Amino acid sequence: MNSQVLDVNSVDYLEYKGKHKGILAWILSTDHKRIGILYLVSLTTFFVVGVLLGFLMRFEMLSQGKTIVDAQTYNALFTLHGIIMIFLVIIPGIPAVFGNFFLPIQIGAKDVAFPRLNLLSWWLYLIGAIFALSSLFLSGGPIDTGWTFYIPYSSRYTSTNVILPLLGAFILGFSSILTGLNFVTTVHRLRAPGMTFFKMPLFVWAIYSTAWIQVVATPVVGITIILVMLERLFYVGIFDPTLGGDPILFQHLFWIYSHPAVYIMILPAMGVVSEIIPTFARRTIFGYKAIAFSSLSIAIIGYLVWGHHMFTSGMSDTSRWIFSFLTFIVAIPSGVKVFNWVATLYKGSIDLGTPLIYVLAFIFLFSIGGLTGLVLGSIATDIHVHDTYFVPGHFHYVMFGGTIFIFFAAIHYWFPKMFGKMYNEKWAKIAVGIMFVGFNMLYFPMFILGYMGMPRRYYDYLPEYAGLHILSTIGSWVLIAGLTIMIINLIKAVRGPKNAPMNPWGGLTLEWQVPSPPPLENFREIPEIKHGPYDYHYYEEEKVEYEHSK
Amino acid sequence: MATDKNEHEKSHLIGYGTYVLSWLALLSLAILTVAVAGLDLGNFTLFTALLIAAIKSALVIMIFMHIKYDEPIFKVFLAIALLVLVIVFVLMGFDVFYR
Repeated sequence: MNSQVLDVNSVDYLEYKGKHKGILAWILSTDHKRIGILYLVSLTTFFVVGVLLGFLMRFEMLSQGKTIVDAQTYNALFTLHGIIMIFLVIIPGIPAVFGNFFLPIQIGAKDVAFPRLNLLSWWLYLIGAIFALSSLFLSGGPIDTGWTFYIPYSSRYTSTNVILPLLGAFILGFSSILTGLNFVTTVHRLRAPGMTFFKMPLFVWAIYSTAWIQVVATPVVGITIILVMLERLFYVGIFDPTLGGDPILFQHLFWIYSHPAVYIMILPAMGVVSEIIPTFARRTIFGYKAIAFSSLSIAIIGYLVWGHHMFTSGMSDTSRWIFSFLTFIVAIPSGVKVFNWVATLYKGSIDLGTPLIYVLAFIFLFSIGGLTGLVLGSIATDIHVHDTYFVPGHFHYVMFGGTIFIFFAAIHYWFPKMFGKMYNEKWAKIAVGIMFVGFNMLYFPMFILGYMGMPRRYYDYLPEYAGLHILSTIGSWVLIAGLTIMIINLIKAVRGPKNAPMNPWGGLTLEWQVPSPPPLENFREIPEIKHGPYDYHYYEEEKVEYEHSK
Repeated sequence: MATDKNEHEKSHLIGYGTYVLSWLALLSLAILTVAVAGLDLGNFTLFTALLIAAIKSALVIMIFMHIKYDEPIFKVFLAIALLVLVIVFVLMGFDVFYR
């Protein structure tokens, strides 16, 4: 018994020998850190598959007419690319990997509130993924509806496998709800003594706000999916007009979830940014409460704007202006965040480490994504660019330039803590530089193509669009080169020696006060919190030394 | 602490009578739902159906799910979910009733 107690406090979570051995020690582990790594590995695998599908799509668009695949395969490619990237990568993304790993440590807890439920969430994620991708290998062929499953095409006309990916999305929804439930409970019940809500790190605030959206929004898409299945299998008239249904009702229900899902994707990324900036600027975050409340405001207002996806679908005029107005309001808390981040950097003692470079790239890309979002949120301009390349251009700037770039920032920020190892900083910086160039080459031409009238999801194009399509495709190659360098650099570091200090960046939040990698139960003693999470003043004024091993 | 727990558990004890009454109320409301579906209430059809459904859910949530006897925080969580539902209905109403 004694040796067991000693073990959980002194052996790191990677080396701890529990009841199971080998792979079972991972896939049956209820340790929040191991579950975080499980998500990291599965997510990265799906991300690579999604990138390959995207690469094939762009390759097809290199020349007019058929380049490598036919039109039907192209439809399947963009559908699967969307389903994988949305449901399997960016929705679980930062909360599942870094939320699982760092939320309990940042609030001074030993684990999440429901560790077994946490493991169940990962299993549901995996089962959902198998269902979502199984349509690839079954007769009927892969689903071709687009990731939005719009009615009546998905319920009546397509002969591809629709039911299995729908079921997959339904199961993935459960995984997401349970993770959200776990995080809300953990934040309410397991904060260390002295860790009041306003002493929580901003990453925790962001994950907490996100968890609420996961709990209250995801059931809507679950119910919608069941209704689509009932309609497709049993001809129950809910959405299909020929059966007496209303197709716009489907769009309402779908976007009631899927727009808040955009904030499920981006809010945690904003939380990561609020961690990295104070650490690398050596400054207390500017406007802590404003950032915390802006996370909540984005979560709340973000729930009310779904109708802006439906401006051209036959919704009432009254709805159109109401949703347009609400959409513009979301820009306010988003702007509050960007101004506070920049104000934190101002007069800071900036250390231009790899995570901060990713963050700076994010601020640039996300600002373009956000501003082009206003073009789409405004009814008059939306009607011009709706369903053109402008839309994928916009959401790739927000989702890839926003969430995924910050996912990369987070992995470079917390990598030394998660694995106890350091990566090669020079190669990491080269990779982000190449990715930044490739990203803009790939996606910026899409804005111009869209403005010129190139419709999205088309497999062919007119000669006047050729130049920009070729530029965009070459951009995808540059981006993939950068991604490859980044992944190889990180894999090499994982296989390398344990050389990371406890606090390589000089961070002040609790994860930097425990060993790298953390022991099984995170803390020898549950810490007592006396000051704010980014209180560099406290250390300067009190002349208290903190561990900073760089 | 142990006493607190016992008191907490004691407060969860609900007599069979309450359950049976709630069950009868739910059955009556189910019959009412079917009966009302046959009447032409014009613009109030949807409102009436939703009102009966809301009373039925309230009975299930309060009595069978013990929310009535539980900590206030659960009521807050429930209120948030309900508020979200109301907002969704109102915003969709702007489309359905003004189309």
